[in-house]
Amino acid sequence: MKTSPLPDPRRCQERAEEMLAYARAAGADAAEVLVRDGSELQVKVRLSEPELVKQASSRALGLRVLRDHRAAVTYTSDFSPAAMRQFARDSVELCELAEPDPLADLPERHEMARTVPDLDLWDETAPALDAAQALRLAKRGEQAALQFDTRVANSEGAVMGRVMGATAFASSAGFSGGYRGTSLSLVVMPVCDDADGKKRNGHYWTASRFTSGLLDPEAVGLEAARRTLAKLGSRKIATCQAPAVFAPEAARSLLGQLAAVVSGGAAWRKSTYLAAREGTAVASPLVTVVDDPLAPRAPGSRPFDGEGLATRTNVVVSEGVLRIFLCDVYSARKLGRRSTGSAGRGVGSGPHVGTSNFVLLAGKTPPSELERVPQGLYVTELMGFGFNPVTGDWSQGANGFWIANGSRTYPVSEITISINFDDLWKSIDGVGNDLDTRVSVQSPTLRVSRITVAGT
Amino acid sequence: MSGAFLSADGLAPNPLAGIDEAVAERLLGEALASGGDYADLYFEFRCGADFVLEEERVRSVGRALIVGLGVRVLRGDATGYAYTEELSAARMCEAARTAGQIAASGRSVAPVALARLPRSDTYPVPEASLARPGADKVALLRRADVAARAFDARIVRVEASLSEEWREILVFTSEGRLAQDRQPMLRLGVHAVAEEGNRRQGGRSGTALRRGLELFALPGHTPEEHGREAARLALAMLHAEEAPAGPMEVVLGPGESGILLHEAVGHGLEADFNRKKTSNYTDQIGKSVASRLCTVADDATIAHARGSINVDDEGNPGRRNLLIEDGILRGYLQDRISARHFRSEPTGSGRRESFRCQPLPRMTNTLLLGGQDDPEDIVRSVRRGVYAKHFSGGQVNISNGDFVFSLTESYLIEDGKLTAPLRGVNLIGNGPEVLRQVTMVGHDFRLSEGTWTCGKDGQSVPVGVGTPTVKIARITVGGTRTP
Repeated sequence: MKTSPLPDPRRCQERAEEMLAYARAAGADAAEVLVRDGSELQVKVRLSEPELVKQASSRALGLRVLRDHRAAVTYTSDFSPAAMRQFARDSVELCELAEPDPLADLPERHEMARTVPDLDLWDETAPALDAAQALRLAKRGEQAALQFDTRVANSEGAVMGRVMGATAFASSAGFSGGYRGTSLSLVVMPVCDDADGKKRNGHYWTASRFTSGLLDPEAVGLEAARRTLAKLGSRKIATCQAPAVFAPEAARSLLGQLAAVVSGGAAWRKSTYLAAREGTAVASPLVTVVDDPLAPRAPGSRPFDGEGLATRTNVVVSEGVLRIFLCDVYSARKLGRRSTGSAGRGVGSGPHVGTSNFVLLAGKTPPSELERVPQGLYVTELMGFGFNPVTGDWSQGANGFWIANGSRTYPVSEITISINFDDLWKSIDGVGNDLDTRVSVQSPTLRVSRITVAGT
Repeated sequence: MSGAFLSADGLAPNPLAGIDEAVAERLLGEALASGGDYADLYFEFRCGADFVLEEERVRSVGRALIVGLGVRVLRGDATGYAYTEELSAARMCEAARTAGQIAASGRSVAPVALARLPRSDTYPVPEASLARPGADKVALLRRADVAARAFDARIVRVEASLSEEWREILVFTSEGRLAQDRQPMLRLGVHAVAEEGNRRQGGRSGTALRRGLELFALPGHTPEEHGREAARLALAMLHAEEAPAGPMEVVLGPGESGILLHEAVGHGLEADFNRKKTSNYTDQIGKSVASRLCTVADDATIAHARGSINVDDEGNPGRRNLLIEDGILRGYLQDRISARHFRSEPTGSGRRESFRCQPLPRMTNTLLLGGQDDPEDIVRSVRRGVYAKHFSGGQVNISNGDFVFSLTESYLIEDGKLTAPLRGVNLIGNGPEVLRQVTMVGHDFRLSEGTWTCGKDGQSVPVGVGTPTVKIARITVGGTRTP
């Protein structure tokens, strides 16, 4: 099969600098350009037959221009020089519609990154994976699930994916740089029929920036089958209050919601219940949360941020105390402080506060010990959108297992769990030693001392 | 305004202008050269703009231009897919060949000569909003902002945003179909925050329809009305009480509650899940799947609705599909692969997020049709329950129909009357079970004109929902207050 040229950060950087020059020539006081070049391979196998092979490369350019403190943010995928020049002119003209905001400006020159550290994000062996190999790996994963137990009678398939991307950024504040990265993943999704005719589906997945970091397809398939089978016989439970143990996958979604309320953007808008709480306890002393963009080989790492600032490790919550809000330049200025180097940036949007590797540090307790409660709920999945960051009201659908006398008994579904988010973090009384590092929001198992369960 | 974004007819020079039958026939031939059964080409051009007003100031304006081609080749049920953003002959040809690799070998099917599908338009606009000066849109945002802040002194923050999009699509298939559509979308959203002592609450209002700026002259959609509604909601929720937890009677208000139908039933009726026998509705056609008060349709032909499509992204005309009639399951939403599997006709439900994505069976505007009951009687019939008015969203496990809905405005019903506003409420249950629990259906059908977006397999598409007032005898309310 044929392969397309690899994403090249240097070529992206040249494009970014070219666009920067056009923007300046068109009359921008300041400008910054993000260029992304990516290549995607995705294959899906279902019941051992190929269902999808998708291969493509794609590229896009995002421009932010400022004139008289008026900002415009534009996006294009047309890289021909004539189109780029016209695009720059139109973008600068758009600034007229915005209104001057003295804080809307690029970072100060001295704030900009000076180097681009190598975070080991590119796997030299990744490009060699072709569609045929990916199909074989996916098929092995799915077969392991189907052969594990006769009750695994159906499947939503197995998907193997690889993304290779280059990112470059150039700013008139004095920075230009680029980097590239790979990521690979495999997910297996078996389906079982329950006694009452209800379908029970589950999944398990592996992901890494490096081929060598992936689990064997068979291990993924087996775990997917085990998890799906464990759901057979799921039932509702009675409305009650109980301790809740969150598996790392579920704890991760709590942590993602925490990221939203420690953002400087939410802080200056007062759209977080933590707005006035810096320096105070916002969680149990067991909780320490860091945002770590510099971790080598990690999924959310970035050598510079979305405004060209050097990235750094930020301790956000230290033993329960909120230390800082994560800030980009604008929110930092709004709060009267410096950026924490936490700007995210997509080609289609301007800079905004965005986490990198947002990690709740592992504790020392094995997860099985956290389950040693007379009774309680073990939560494996959360569903829905029931979180109000302004008030902290929190209510989500949940699946999992009922714990009795320290061990998981039967599977539970169709319930909601509710608590105020502030109380949730303060009532964490156990942190596991099992950090899940597959994705950029990383948590170990967490236990909350008491939560409201709504069921029958 | 000038240049590449805008031209005489108000839009960018259409980069698809040079794409004709000859180009398409050559690419389809290339796509099928390795021996696929079927191929299609999906050309897309999207031009968009957005404006954000915050702290009484236009903070940012944005523009986007997206062009691309997606090529799909089918062999049996297997899909080969490739795309390119560069519409040069070489790149398009490479995409066609890459997609064609799915058919590693095999007999080759020659494409049929293309014939244009007759066009009808359920969302004609007098003028594309993108053709109007940006200052007009800024003025609309200002009106919303002023109205929200003037509503009450406790409104401390307002953010208003407007986005507009013009999407042109061209679909060519190896079976000789040529379809074209222009799909406008205009959205306004207002977010207001109310503050009183230590209490803060947010409220949202907005709309998204396939219209031009005339949208904002329609009753209910002036910027002032959306500004005031966002403010009202924020204030109403300031003193909301903790919600009860446990199963109870629930009355779904008209319009937005249709989101429940979309999640609880709609996804399970998408044919891909049924073809793979991973839906709870697999092999249920002709059987009773809901209370006989329930008739459910998916209708792509509602004038100007957010979910409407003149043609789907496989080139089939959008239409009205009856899914459940008096509680009996009548049909699924089909894309091409599933329609062939079920030997049924296409339902115009093959949709994709963009040229980067393969089509999937999707909903358009999903509706529970009106019944006989007076909405006031429905509320009066409840001794103790919850009245659901506004939703922020929902999620379903398609395999078994388990769902969760999050409410942003709801009230306690006590002795047939709405009393205290409730905070942080979720509804949780199982789609098929909840539809059997429908005991009253109002005659006040309403289409929600809100900004609904449906996600599936990582692809987002705009959708509409609608329902009359509905009573559900028993559903679990996820509050914090245990009995």
